[in-house]
Amino acid sequence: MLILDLFKMALRSLIANTMRTFLTALGMIIGVASVISMISIGEGARQQTLSTIEKFGTNIITIKPGRKKNRHVSSDTVKTLMLSDAEAIEKNIPLITGVAAQVYRSAQLKYGSKNTNTTVRGTGEQYLKLSNFTIERGRYFSKEEVRSIRKVAVIGSTVLKNLFGDSNAIGKKIKVSGNNYLIIGSTKPKGALSWFDPDDQIFIPVTTAQKRLFGLHHIQSIDVQAKKMEELEAIKKDIDLLLRVRHGIHEGEDSDFHVQNSSQWLNSWGDAAKTFTYLLGGIAGISLLVGGIGIMNIMLVSITERTKEIGIRMAIGAKKREIMEQFLIESVLISFIGGGLGILLGVIISQTVSKIGGWDTIVSTQSIILAFGFSVGIGIFFGFYPARKAANLNPIDALRYE
Amino acid sequence: MIEIKNLSKTYLLGEIPVHAITDISVRINPGEFVAIMGPSGSGKSTLLNLLGCLDLPSSGTYFLEDFNIKSLKPNKLAEVRNKRIGFVFQNFNLLPRASALENVELPLIYGRIKNSRKIALEALKSVGLSERSKHRPNELSGGERQRVAIARAIVNKPAIVLADEPTGNLDTKTGKDIMDIFSRLNDEGTTIIIVTHERDIAGLTNRTIKMLDGNIDQDISRMELIP
Repeated sequence: MLILDLFKMALRSLIANTMRTFLTALGMIIGVASVISMISIGEGARQQTLSTIEKFGTNIITIKPGRKKNRHVSSDTVKTLMLSDAEAIEKNIPLITGVAAQVYRSAQLKYGSKNTNTTVRGTGEQYLKLSNFTIERGRYFSKEEVRSIRKVAVIGSTVLKNLFGDSNAIGKKIKVSGNNYLIIGSTKPKGALSWFDPDDQIFIPVTTAQKRLFGLHHIQSIDVQAKKMEELEAIKKDIDLLLRVRHGIHEGEDSDFHVQNSSQWLNSWGDAAKTFTYLLGGIAGISLLVGGIGIMNIMLVSITERTKEIGIRMAIGAKKREIMEQFLIESVLISFIGGGLGILLGVIISQTVSKIGGWDTIVSTQSIILAFGFSVGIGIFFGFYPARKAANLNPIDALRYE
Repeated sequence: MIEIKNLSKTYLLGEIPVHAITDISVRINPGEFVAIMGPSGSGKSTLLNLLGCLDLPSSGTYFLEDFNIKSLKPNKLAEVRNKRIGFVFQNFNLLPRASALENVELPLIYGRIKNSRKIALEALKSVGLSERSKHRPNELSGGERQRVAIARAIVNKPAIVLADEPTGNLDTKTGKDIMDIFSRLNDEGTTIIIVTHERDIAGLTNRTIKMLDGNIDQDISRMELIP
């Protein structure tokens, strides 16, 4: 009953000063809108990055030669990983659904008068499945073709476009570093990440790449696919043990290879993107704070202006608490209105950004609750001091104030 | 019943203490109609503010009914102002943004009394303003505003109504109307204390307390004159 009346009084005094109320609320509107739109942009960027990374598979364990600490040592110069290691993993490690050994080099491709530089990836028959590629036309090479060192190639969509344009490539022969390779299939485009294009490569049997093309005995990495994400750690341990035994590494010595999984990479990317989101949100939060200070400023002015009113209310029996509540309700109401309109504006901004900028934006319920809760909190926080100042006025002094 | 003993109030005007009232003792019985007179600066308004619990004395005691006012906490004082005392001011002191009815309703709201609208309307009716209840103060004449203020003062049925120069801003005729309302309230048993500097107004009351330099100069009761 009383709270409803106090609410009515607060609303009336806000309406009586419409312009002032609006300008004060504007601070909150801008604050909340920027928090929501910034977080939505950051969150959109994060989701976009993660989903792109996920295209490469998340339940993949990668084994690379060299110690983990020597991350910068090129896997070219460390020649400890062999094709037989990959075969041993496939044979001995339980709970895995695929293994793909890889060697890769950049090479020049030629078809007729056209040529292009691209990555040639020598790999096994299971690579397609492990790397989430799908065949668009033709087929992928078989285990038999790997075993018999065939000169066949499956080409990525970017390469296809560069060399063949729109015409059919299946059954054509291309020159890879001067040797003829038969194109047996092409992959569907995955879409480029900002830093590299997974479709700009061709796949050939790993044996062919080692023996006919690059002249290598070692391999550069082994991808292993786990059946389930939860089993990744156990599989990593098993692989580590198996390879240490195979490489004759004694206890206490460092391995000459390292095992990592892509979900770790994914996580660290996700974390980086999250930090970015927080950073954006934090910067926007400052404007929310400025909005709050605006509320406090106006409430202080308003209380000075209405000292006489406070005196009258006290003279007819308003208690300190009731005076305080009245002004607190006013400040909370301003931030409430500001918060509500701010959410609306924030959603509009983030949708405009995604439409015009072609950016994914995600307005999450959490960010709305966060911004709204924060703005009401700011209303209480910054309204508290002025309200208390009003409540602590001496009735007779307030009444005499001119 | 009001009983004050050796009441003093000293203000600090900057660094200089001003003795607004010094060592006043007076007793006002229920149902009295009192005028407090005196030149400006004699302490009459200060006395009224003390009686109305808007201000606290520097020394001395003040009993209002059973309450020792000096010992009350601010919240209890607010309650006393709300329930026991009605205040009428020279410049009306109505809330400008609220209608007449809402102004009258306010003490009931702070007193958490139900049916406040109906009770407030009755109070307005008793001062003859029920048809102006929706108007805001700036749409009312001075006399009407003061009647709204009186309705607000009496809406909680206080035992005592204090009025600080209630006719000071009104013409003689309107002032007379306002005094009629006070007389009627007094007839109904309400104690009324009016600060005024108009002899005519004071003449309508039963007792005149004349103040001078913070002291009671004269205390003339006309009660005896009435058979």
